[in-house]
Amino acid sequence: MIKHNLIKYFNKFKKLYLHQSNDQLNDVDTNQENFSEINLNSLLNKFFLEVTSIATFTFRFFKEVIKPPYEFNELIKQSFLIGYKSFPLIAITGFIIGLVLTIQTRPTLAKFGAQSWLPAMVAVSIIREIGPVITALIFAGKVGSGIGAELASMKVTEQIDAMQVSDTNPFKYLVVTRVVSATFMLPILVVLSDAIALCGSYVGVNIKGNVSTYLFVTQIFQSLEFQDILPAVIKTFFFGFAIGLIGCYEGYNSNKGTEGVGKSANSAVVFASLMVFIIDMMAVQITSLFQN
Amino acid sequence: MNTETITFENENSVIQKDSTVVRMEHLKKSFGNNHVLRDINLVINKGENVVILGQSGTGKSVLIKCIVGLEDIDEGELEILGENFAELNNKQLIEIRKKIGFLFQSGALYDSMTVRENLEFPLRRKSESISKDKMNELVIEALHNVGLDEAINKSPSELSGGMRKRLGLARTLILKPEIMLYDEPTTGLDPITSKEISNLILEVQKKYNTSSVIITHDIECARLTGNRIIILKEGICTTEGTYEELERSEDQWIRSFFE
Ligand SMILES: Nc1ncnc2c1ncn2[C@@H]1O[C@H](COP(=O)(O)OP(=O)(O)OP(=O)(O)O)[C@@H](O)[C@H]1O
Ligand SMILES: [Mg+2]
Repeated sequence: MIKHNLIKYFNKFKKLYLHQSNDQLNDVDTNQENFSEINLNSLLNKFFLEVTSIATFTFRFFKEVIKPPYEFNELIKQSFLIGYKSFPLIAITGFIIGLVLTIQTRPTLAKFGAQSWLPAMVAVSIIREIGPVITALIFAGKVGSGIGAELASMKVTEQIDAMQVSDTNPFKYLVVTRVVSATFMLPILVVLSDAIALCGSYVGVNIKGNVSTYLFVTQIFQSLEFQDILPAVIKTFFFGFAIGLIGCYEGYNSNKGTEGVGKSANSAVVFASLMVFIIDMMAVQITSLFQN
Repeated sequence: MNTETITFENENSVIQKDSTVVRMEHLKKSFGNNHVLRDINLVINKGENVVILGQSGTGKSVLIKCIVGLEDIDEGELEILGENFAELNNKQLIEIRKKIGFLFQSGALYDSMTVRENLEFPLRRKSESISKDKMNELVIEALHNVGLDEAINKSPSELSGGMRKRLGLARTLILKPEIMLYDEPTTGLDPITSKEISNLILEVQKKYNTSSVIITHDIECARLTGNRIIILKEGICTTEGTYEELERSEDQWIRSFFE
């Protein structure tokens, strides 16, 4: 009961707040004199509104994800679509990254006479950093924008409303399934992409040098520690979560009208890519904290 | 039950005057500074077809969205099937929604699904599980009702505007709701198909004793289907009456709807 009231008050507060900011936004057009002041004010207002609304959205996700009934069929379908659709792209880029990185690193190592370190060096950088981040960025471009555009167009054409009237919780059916699939599919894709990138690296090593498969593999495994792999894999779950959540948030809260669809897709990619870097930075800090 | 019953001349359906399915009192709804619904008082009786007329942008769609809870009302009372809407919890809301069908103005077809899946979706969502054969039967029947038998395996993007509209109608009717809310069921259809849709609405009313709210700009549809017509103007239900009454109205503005 108390909770119910709280939610009611929160909604009222939100409504008031929203209307107030709308009024202020209207003022911007009419009241030219205080233009810059009000503009800044409304910009700040907008920013905090956005932050609040993302926080609410995230909170709602965690609330709905644990609450039955679960949409298993849709979850499996989405996981398949998300993983399957982005795999070819991720495989190609992974291979190229591995190949190019190897070719590029060789001259520098050759200067120090450390060519034999080539496989180890490339493997560490791919697995620790380049594999997860590049894959996540491509994932954001492919899946994040896809989710954003799909949900936005469903919103514009009232499909989300239609689900709501036919006893379906659209948040559970659309948002929860997509975020969960993105969270679990990205790590799988990253592992695959890492493996493919190492194949690319093997090709790169053998363009100029001659390293047997056995030597290549043992070198990689000798240079890699558990400490390299585990944090790198763990952070990809967060990448996936952020990409899925942001895509859904942008789509689900898209403006009416067809231009809202493009805008949602676009801001989903931009915002999700930015988040990937921010999470990556935080992950580095946290892992170094643990390693010391 | 002492029900006072009235039979309209052009219908043989039975309207029970004292069993109200929807009651709105002093209902208000605004979006920011846009006061869309100012003071709506409206009663819909069991088995009755109510047509709502009004200019574009007066809030007709918003009004019926309030009935299914897609839009929250700001002030006033809303009672549906005897339940006060404001006091419903989530579960009760779902129970109420099961009894309401909503035809969206845009059709709101699920683009990622085929025509068949679109029709199966509401059936699957109903708590009771339905056997595959039964589901197939219902889907085929629903498509047949709106004359879309051949489209069953197409995707909605392959359909014409009118076909999409009819598919939306089929999807809404497949659950045989107690209350039907039609948002412009005949807009964008040729006169012949329009008439078929109007007849379908009447048939549904007779067969299942459904109460309906029909928003339309199609005066022929209003004439055929409506037991009572309500005109919405500036967020208030200004006029109410039968088609014949309103057609002969003194008010030039009201008569202009019927020309
Ligand atoms: N979600 C919303 N947010 C803000 N304003 C809205 C929203 N939905 C509707 N409105 C506004 O409410 C008013 C009424 O809209 P509504 O769609 O109900 O009109 P209508 O009577 O159905 O018109 P039409 O005959 O063209 O469909 C419009 O001014 C519209 O801008
Ligand atoms: Mg409308």
